[in-house]
Amino acid sequence: MPLLELDAVTKTFGTLVAANGVSLRIDSGAIVAMIGPNGAGKSTIFNAITGIYAPTAGRIVFDGKRIDREPTYRIAAAGIARTFQNIRLFSFMSALDNVMVGEHARLRARLWDSLLHTPAQRAEERETRERARELLAFVGLERLSERYARNLPYGSQRHLEIARALASSPKLLLLDEPAAGMNPREKHDLVALIRAIRDRGVTVLLIEHDMGLVMELAERITVLDHGERIAEGTPAEVRRDPHVIEAYLGAPAP
Amino acid sequence: MHEFLAQLINGISLGSIYALIALGYTMVYGIIGLINFAHGDVYTLGSFFSLAILGLLGATGELHGPALVIDAGLALFGAALLCGIAGVLIERLAYRRLRNAPRLAPLITAIGVSFILENAMQVWKGPSPVPFPAILPNPAVTVAGVAISLQQFVVVGLAIATMLALQLFVHGTRVGRAMRATAQDRDAAQLMGIDINKTIAITFLIGSALAGVAGFVSGVYYQSTWFFNGFGAGLKAFTAAVLGGIGNLAGAMLGGFLIGIVESFATWLLGGQWSNVAVFAILILALVFRPSGLLGETLPEKV
Repeated sequence: MPLLELDAVTKTFGTLVAANGVSLRIDSGAIVAMIGPNGAGKSTIFNAITGIYAPTAGRIVFDGKRIDREPTYRIAAAGIARTFQNIRLFSFMSALDNVMVGEHARLRARLWDSLLHTPAQRAEERETRERARELLAFVGLERLSERYARNLPYGSQRHLEIARALASSPKLLLLDEPAAGMNPREKHDLVALIRAIRDRGVTVLLIEHDMGLVMELAERITVLDHGERIAEGTPAEVRRDPHVIEAYLGAPAP
Repeated sequence: MHEFLAQLINGISLGSIYALIALGYTMVYGIIGLINFAHGDVYTLGSFFSLAILGLLGATGELHGPALVIDAGLALFGAALLCGIAGVLIERLAYRRLRNAPRLAPLITAIGVSFILENAMQVWKGPSPVPFPAILPNPAVTVAGVAISLQQFVVVGLAIATMLALQLFVHGTRVGRAMRATAQDRDAAQLMGIDINKTIAITFLIGSALAGVAGFVSGVYYQSTWFFNGFGAGLKAFTAAVLGGIGNLAGAMLGGFLIGIVESFATWLLGGQWSNVAVFAILILALVFRPSGLLGETLPEKV
């Protein structure tokens, strides 16, 4: 059974068809990439998966449950975490607090526990902080934990978003252009980080424009163009696909 | 000099009431960007609920020993809880549907809710000031020649304890962190698994409960209440929140104490008829010279 299955997902905004009957299956433990020219509908698919948009038609099944009519916060709690193309950290919270917010869904303290500072609440709070520190160390930010997120260097902000997303112990991590703005060395580290994330048991779906990184990292690739899926397969298969070559180079397929 | 210290203590007592109310304004503004003009009336509601609970307990005069602790405690917690519930209902019924409407719509609605509460309270207790039982014994303690009443100790002590508890809650708990995250980026907060409707309701619950505490405290302090009390006190607390930097908790507390002290000194030095002039002149000066408030830029953290 796939971890995530999109079945003919369509999303329209008025007369604009942002995604048209897109289907996708992601197996547990895989690293999958979604590529395509700008405006191909990649971010629309991410927003549909995370419940920011309800699909106009189609079904999304995650971990055996249909999620396409669930509110965003329940989808997140069910085990899907994401990062953003434009970084969306809580700017005026410390790096550590950002990661602790990420742990929200897996914590149990209710309003009453929080107001009364019950012993269970305090124990959970200590454990939450400890785990947040471990995650910061995992992405290499342990020395910047007390800084406001907005005062971190750009590359560190990208890593902090990943640490925050991992904090909920997700089954599936969606990365929206994680390598944007990175230099070759940072990209190299990112590939290692994403592999380490998968080795923790997290399935990864990423949107990325850097073809070198995608071909190196992804086990399977889905190609979108004008809101439709035009190819799906291993990196080698996708590279040879005439539709993909046409979409990227604009030349008619021979 | 004695008069100066006495006025300072008066100002701090008054200011602790403003600070408690200002916190509710600033929390709601921080999380949904609404100036909740009905908040001052929730404060009046707090004094009315306290009065009703003391009435049910048969506490009509000075209390001592266990009776004092139990009756005052019940009135305080009861008023806080009932005001909290009132705040949640106001948000659910009047503001939630307007969350994505143009900002003017919820603002006008808030003024409407304010009128509804004022008129309901006028029907409940009548149009005249209502006496509040003087439950506290009144031995004044003389410090450096200045008499400080037990009321003043209780008012300031309760206010400070409540504010400390709020700080611990907002900065050291799961629900408090969810509030701060929702205030900063609602969409990102949802993607962290935070139920923002619930979090906003909790913000109203706590902000309104603080107004309930302020209502109880003001009843004990002034030994009188009135359906229209919240109008003036609410405007001054709002001024305090703006002065401190709206959306900023520490700013609301600082602003509350400053406004209380200014009002107290203006009454002493210029006469009572000038106290409101002084307070609102400070609002105007703050808006002109430091629109983001005293702590608005150095501590930009919301809620």
